Order: sequence, then structure tokens, then C-alpha cells
Amino acid sequence: MNYTKFCFLSFLLILFLPIKSFGLIEVDITRGNLNPLPVAVSPLSIDEKSKNNFKKLLKKKNLGLEISSIVENNLKTSGLFNPLNKDAFLQAPDIANLKPRFEDWNLIKAQALITGKVSYIDDKLRVEFRLWDVLAGKEMMALAFTTVPSNWRRVGHIISDKVYERLTGEKGYFDTRIIYVAEEGPKTRRVKKLAIMDQDGANNKFLTLGNELVLTPRFNPTSQMVTYLSYFRNLPRVYLLDIETGMQEVVGDFPGMTFAPRFSPDGKKIIMSFAKDGNSDIYTMDLENRIVEKITDHPSIDTSPSYSPDGKLICFNSDRSGYQQIYVMKSDGSNVKRISFGTGIYGTPVWSPRGDLIAFTKLHKGKFYIGVMRTDGSGERLLTENFYQEAPSWSPNGRVLVFYRETKTDNKGKGFSAKLWSIDLTGYNERLVETPTDGSDPSWSSLLSN
Amino acid sequence: MKLNKILKNALLVVIACFALSACATKKVSTGQMQSDVYTGTDTVEYLASGVPDRVFFATNETVLTTASRETLRKQAAWLRKNSDVTIVLEGHADERGTREYNLALGERRANAAKDYMMTYGISSDRISVLSYGKERPVDSGSNPLAWSKNRRSVTVKAN
Repeated sequence: MNYTKFCFLSFLLILFLPIKSFGLIEVDITRGNLNPLPVAVSPLSIDEKSKNNFKKLLKKKNLGLEISSIVENNLKTSGLFNPLNKDAFLQAPDIANLKPRFEDWNLIKAQALITGKVSYIDDKLRVEFRLWDVLAGKEMMALAFTTVPSNWRRVGHIISDKVYERLTGEKGYFDTRIIYVAEEGPKTRRVKKLAIMDQDGANNKFLTLGNELVLTPRFNPTSQMVTYLSYFRNLPRVYLLDIETGMQEVVGDFPGMTFAPRFSPDGKKIIMSFAKDGNSDIYTMDLENRIVEKITDHPSIDTSPSYSPDGKLICFNSDRSGYQQIYVMKSDGSNVKRISFGTGIYGTPVWSPRGDLIAFTKLHKGKFYIGVMRTDGSGERLLTENFYQEAPSWSPNGRVLVFYRETKTDNKGKGFSAKLWSIDLTGYNERLVETPTDGSDPSWSSLLSN
Repeated sequence: MKLNKILKNALLVVIACFALSACATKKVSTGQMQSDVYTGTDTVEYLASGVPDRVFFATNETVLTTASRETLRKQAAWLRKNSDVTIVLEGHADERGTREYNLALGERRANAAKDYMMTYGISSDRISVLSYGKERPVDSGSNPLAWSKNRRSVTVKAN
């Protein structure tokens, strides 16, 4: 696929100026943010020749405005920033990028200002941007990138990540993708396809045709591979899919249903459940030497495994105590400990990339919750409640969760829909993630620029 | 004497009240469910005359009810008479659970049916198991009756 080739073969990052830090503007992302930081995102300045070149190449009238719009949208959807209305801006983009008149920006109450410049040089896209502290009247950051023009959206996302990181102290999550199951049709006969899109909903592509049921895709944290469950030939098995080549292969040679697949943090193993004779246990398979290891050995249902980011522990779902609960064990299957003890049923445990929390789905008194708990099971916090929702997946900075919801149908079975939603760890900023069709089973990639 | 009659009537009324309240607290929610297991015939198809093709389960359960075991005995008898038939047991769950666990639950339900049929002499070579979890509900409603129809193991002819 050309898109991925461009992403991963031609991207270059050039540091333009050293980063100066004054620490005057800071955004706190650990609490609910009721005062998003007012930021002015100036359209990036662009000379006429470059403008026309990009118009011809990319069919975009003003690439400087397009890239700044991506930054604006990302900052806004994070819930932490309030991008101000461009109509109120007093300085033109090219002048603002050279020497901002801070009194002008102060007038419209901006605390941070983003300016920049886009040029077409040697068939390439060159973008420089600066982040300014308006109150202190100083430049906080200046960077430049050179890449192939078709990567322009990624430049917008990378700038967003740099700004986010500079102002919050945390790594960003904008230069990422989400893989999910696109679904359509009546509830009794849903047609499901694997789909992938940028985190902001752009570049949505289908990866399978919908001829067989596909479920629960997960990214490889280190490469362009995806693992998922397919009912190809009516045999539910775990598969690998190479996003670039479209090649698919079944994982291992199991004489029964394999499901709930994930990658180990180093990308070298698949961990999954294998069901036989009414019992489901957790197994791993090394993708290189194909060695299969049995990790759990219990007559209960053991499924939905998730590695800690250092690969030493696994949290998983088991009904060995009578109902679905969350357990933690060492990666060799020893030392199994139950960690969920609240009232209700717990499922879909996912370890945060920060290593500090486990997110989960909870069902209690007919209501579904998305929540988090510490890795010893303490500090349980429920973030959102709904008629039906499940399967949280962490953003790579461990600050946002994407999950999906289904609506209740009436007695005639009408009114069904499934949509992706996201919510911050603070419990705030719950929002719909737009997809062209219905969607479920979302999984968030790591930062693409790693 | 009159007092006795009054007391007798009062006692009869009290007994009647207890009888009625017992009805109110029984676990049957509608005429088509018993202890959370679907007992109706809507959605049921037949492998042969008098042989229903499916059995139903309570929420989160994989235990076979008496009615289920009777259905499976009939299926086993029919399979013994038609010794060249092979079957697939399709296990399902309702939508009120997480997706992956429901896949495992469907597999366990279908295997419960398989194990029971094997005790009636049907060879495991003739039976394969396929779980659909919550992916193929037969009733798309979001209510307890619809959910009870979806918690099922269905016997499908494979050849």
C-alpha cells in the first residue's frame, strides 16, 4: 500500500532550533480540565509558488491552512486546549511566524501561539513551526520537518504531539492509527470488515472484504502487522495480517477455536486463547520459531490476556471463581492472583502502556461500565456507564481510552447501532469517534514516529 | 359458633393470599421462560418430526436443563437411526457479556450438548463444535425474552 510506504520509507525529521523551556505555560492533565488553555493556531504561512505546487499535487487549495487545521482539531479534541477563532487574529501568518506582536495575541486572550511556514522545495514538503508563550513573550519551541508531500497529515499530527508534549510534559498520541471492525447490516446477520484509520478519522481503509466474520483486531507494537480472529471457512482461528502487503496467515495449527489474540510488547509472540472440549486456556506462540507454550491450565474459561509493557506480567479474564474476574500472573503462567473484588462481573482487562493501570469492562445490575484499577486491583474508578459498552483500548501515552457502544433495540429489533467512543482517564472529554460505518472492537496503535 | 366461622374464613383468606404471593415470587418471568431458560417453541426448528434442533441455557450458565437433556436424547436417537449423518453443534451467547468471553461460553455450551449426546452412543467423530459467541443472535430484541432465545446450542446437519 502506497500510503504506508510513504509513511515509513521517506519520513525525515530535522531539528531546526534548540528547544528553550521557560515552564511558564503548563497544562495539568491529571485532573478534569474545565479550563482548557486558550491557544491561537495561526494558519501556516505559504508562498504563492509552493501553494500552487501543492494545489496541483495534493488538490488542497491552501496547505498551510490544512496543516494548521489538523493541529487545531487535535488540540481541541484532547479537551485540554481551546483553539481560538481565526477570524479574530490580527497578524498575518507570515509576519506572525517571524515576529509575533504579543500584545495583539494577548488581546484575544491567547496564552499560547502556534505559527509556521510551509514550502515546496526539491519536490518535497518542508514545514517549520514555532510555539510561543504569549504572556512571557518568548519562543518555546521551533522545529522543522522535510518529507514527501503525501505525508502532510502526519506532519500536522507530529506538530500536535510536539506541542502537547511541551505543554503537558506527557508524550502525545496524535500521530497514531486505530484499527477496528467496521460493521453493517441487521443485527442477526452483521457484515464485519477489518478497517484502519488515522486517529482523527481520516484515511479510513477496509482491510478485508466482509465475506467472513472478523473480530477483535490488535496492532503489533513494533511493525505493520495485525492479529485478529477470522471465521474463514467457518473455522474460527487467529490470523496475522500484513497491512502493507495484505498477506494473511493462520497462527499455528490448533485443532480447535483460537481467539482473543494480542502481541507481546516486543512484537515477537502472539498470546491468545485456545478452546477445546469446553475449556479455554491461554497460549503463546513465538512467531519466529513457532514454539507454542501453554500459559494457563485450569478447567475455567481463561481469555482476554494483556501483557504489562515490560512483558513480565499478564492480566487476563477468568471465571475460575464462578464469574468473570480479572487476574494477574507472571508471563510464564505462575503466581496467578485475582485482582478484581468489587461487586459485578469484570472483563476485557488491558494493561496501560504506562504500566500503572489496568482498564476493564464491568457489568453490574444490568449496566456496563468502562473503568480503571491499579495493577493490584486497588483504586477502582468507573469512568462511564451505558446500556452496553466494552473493550477499552489505551492511547500510547496511557491517557485516553477508545471503546465501543451498542444501542438498545426495541422489541422489533430496530434501532441497533455500534459506534466507537473515547474518554480521558480523568473521566472527562467523552466523545464520539466518527467512522463511515458502524464500528466495534477498536485497538489503538503506538506512535507511528517511533 | 359464628366466631369460629369468621376465623375459618379468615384463615382461608390468609392461606389464599400466601398461595398467590408464592406465584408472584416464583422465578418465572413470562410464560415462555423458566428460571431464566427459554421454554417456548418460537425460533425452534426440527431435525425430524418431533426432534427439536436446539437447547437453551440460563444467563452465564452452561448447565443442561431437564428439558434440554430430553431434546438431546431425541436428537441422539435420531442420529442412531441415521448413522451417516454428521452434525455441527453451534453454541451461542446473548449480548449481555463481553465479546471474547461469550465466544468461550458458546463453545462450552455446545460441548455440554456434545458430551451428553456422546453418553447416548454418538461418536465424537460425528460431532463438531462451532461457537458464534454473541455474533449471530436469532432474536435482535434487547429484552430478557429475546436474550433467552439467543442463549442456545443448535444442532445443524453437516452433510
